[in-house]
Amino acid sequence: MADPAGTRPRPISIRGGRVIDPAAGIDAVMDLHLADGAITALGEAPAGFVPVQVIDAAGLVVCPGLVDLSARLRQPGQEHKATIASETRAAAAAGITTLCCPPDTLPPVDTPAVAQLIRQLAEERGHARVLPAGALTRGLDGEQISEMAALKLAGCPVMSNADRPVRNTRVLRRALEYASTYGLCTFLHPADAYLSEGGLVHEGLVATRLGLPGIPEAAEVLGVARDLALAEQTGARVHFRGLSTARATAMLAEARARGLPASADVAAHQLWLTEDAVAGFNAEAHLIPPLRTAADRDALRAAIAAGDITGICSDHQPHEPDAKLNPFPQTAPGMSALETLLPLVLGLVHDGLLDLGDALACVTCNPAAVLDRPLGRLQQGAVADVCIFDPEARWLVGEDTLVSRGRNTPLRGVQMTGRVRWTLLAGRVVHEG
Amino acid sequence: MIPPSPSQQAQAAALQLDTDGNLKHFLTLDGLDRALLTDILDRAEGFLGVAQQAVKKVPLCRGKIVANLFFETSTRTRTTFELAAKRLSADVLNLNISTSATAKGETLLDTLRNLEAMHVDLFVVRHADSGAAHFIASHAAPPVAVINAGDGCASHPTQAMLDMFTIRAHKGGFEGLKVAIIGDLLHSRVARSQITALNTLGVAEVRAIGPSTLIPARAEEALGVRVFHDLRAGLRGVDVIILLRLQHERMDGGFLPSEHEYFHLFGLTEKRLAQAAPDAIVMHPGPINRGVEMDSGVADGERSVILEQVSNGLAVRMAVMSMCIGTQNLWLRAAGQQPPAEVGDG
Repeated sequence: MADPAGTRPRPISIRGGRVIDPAAGIDAVMDLHLADGAITALGEAPAGFVPVQVIDAAGLVVCPGLVDLSARLRQPGQEHKATIASETRAAAAAGITTLCCPPDTLPPVDTPAVAQLIRQLAEERGHARVLPAGALTRGLDGEQISEMAALKLAGCPVMSNADRPVRNTRVLRRALEYASTYGLCTFLHPADAYLSEGGLVHEGLVATRLGLPGIPEAAEVLGVARDLALAEQTGARVHFRGLSTARATAMLAEARARGLPASADVAAHQLWLTEDAVAGFNAEAHLIPPLRTAADRDALRAAIAAGDITGICSDHQPHEPDAKLNPFPQTAPGMSALETLLPLVLGLVHDGLLDLGDALACVTCNPAAVLDRPLGRLQQGAVADVCIFDPEARWLVGEDTLVSRGRNTPLRGVQMTGRVRWTLLAGRVVHEG
Repeated sequence: MIPPSPSQQAQAAALQLDTDGNLKHFLTLDGLDRALLTDILDRAEGFLGVAQQAVKKVPLCRGKIVANLFFETSTRTRTTFELAAKRLSADVLNLNISTSATAKGETLLDTLRNLEAMHVDLFVVRHADSGAAHFIASHAAPPVAVINAGDGCASHPTQAMLDMFTIRAHKGGFEGLKVAIIGDLLHSRVARSQITALNTLGVAEVRAIGPSTLIPARAEEALGVRVFHDLRAGLRGVDVIILLRLQHERMDGGFLPSEHEYFHLFGLTEKRLAQAAPDAIVMHPGPINRGVEMDSGVADGERSVILEQVSNGLAVRMAVMSMCIGTQNLWLRAAGQQPPAEVGDG
């Protein structure tokens, strides 16, 4: 567990692991040496380096601590679902050292005070670094732009309206312009508000069979089209949070090819699950954006392989059991996803979609670049955020294996391959398992 | 790495049938085979005679408590379920939940637990949310049985089965039949169940007729229907015409410009009826909007079997209830308990 706060991180050597640093293109068996919260050396220990702790990483992979672009921690305001303490502990168990949380807390992150509260609570607990996204509009109402400069000073790396699309295009245009004034990237949940309103699942075969209201593909396509047009108009840096359709992904790829400063991520489960998971009114598969078709999933995978989508996040949304104990339309969307992030990414390597380095880039240096933070790398002098995992270890997703307070996952009972053994945050061991 | 999700059919079968294939719950027609649907129809035929007896009761559900759990208002369906339960000698509780517990903030699961504590044996559930009956059946403590009396836009299996009963009574069977379903299929739980039943029972073709706004996405592939946007073309040669109720709130949703235009394009008139087979029957789950879905002349005409549907509803609901209670009694016997209907039987 973590050392008492305030003491200096002790010198640690991680010996004999397969060190992978996608940012530097390193993939070799070597040692890693940490001191004072930073990486002191790769390979040979510096002269006079005396580790207080030696971690034997033989047979394990040593990579940068994971960076998750979207994880809801439910604090402040929804502590009955989860807390910063409970979810950062789960993050540590999942090898995630940096989390960006959406601003839809209660109250939302539209004032520096809320941003500071979240960061302070996270620092006190010491399990993971939490970077709150600032609210793009006040109260996330989509009407009045927020005090973004102040939010940036309070530590918000990006602006976001969470999963509430800004209906008024003029407001969005001004918000993007204002954010770009301060060099802030804006996270956008691409959805046409009118088309997505009232929808619960992908408008397709399963929705039609089950009589559930659908969210058409066009909702996301229109969202991306509108937002790209505004990005082009304003020159603002935009990042699409959680793409789900093949069509929108193709539009993003085209815009990037033209040189637009647009990027995107995808939730790891979107690369595996489809609308079929909803059969039987399975509320655990009630997600926003919805699980779509196998063709969409395959296009998202191809976009990851091609580098059009650069980040894979958890889109973690822990819930109390009651939130899913209702008829499907009354249940809350979202799944608890921190701890399945790394295994689902490793599964892409197993499927031959990516090599291990490129897969890990999607959860380390690539998302760190989106957040404009020098994280997710193992170079000398970098912050010593390290994840050490056993790529072959198998475990079953279940009540007793999840650390998160949220046990809501459609992956319950599924066997995962890849288990985190140690997580180090700024040179301190925050998880050992 | 992740195993494929079990199909809706497989999940529905697992939830509704016991290990020997007996009906435990009646929630959806998904996952039920032709033999079982035919069994329901045959049993219903047997119950038709009960109405003609001097004593209009059979003791199949004696000592059982049936709770009508209606979260959405209904007169016709609730009444026939109540009557069906009484003819089977069950005690009946009628609960209009829309005006009681949940209005005070009680969750559906809490309502269910409270009623279970009163030792209710069978729930008849109507709810505005698709999947509500599945949810209740998944959480009810065995051997409590659940019958779906309509959930959201998903299923209304007893209505569909009484329609099948009516079709069989007039056509003798299902083989080779062409059936047209006209109107708001998008929001219709009745249509979804009817289509499943018709395809399971082996009709030649099910046609879905309506404007694109009222036909659900990818209906042909998802439901197994042939879609027509032209009423005349769709009616050509059909043996059975099923009209669906058009709800007024659909006008506000922008699904249709006006009732007037809908009737003009999709309303059933004597003249349009002539496109169908000469002995085609006309059905409607009710209540009818005269002058919107059809002419009064058609509704009251000789092809209309609308009132028969209502009387058949009773027999079909008795059949389904007695089957679920029969499975429950098997469970009780296996658990070493005596079913109440047998207590005191010589």
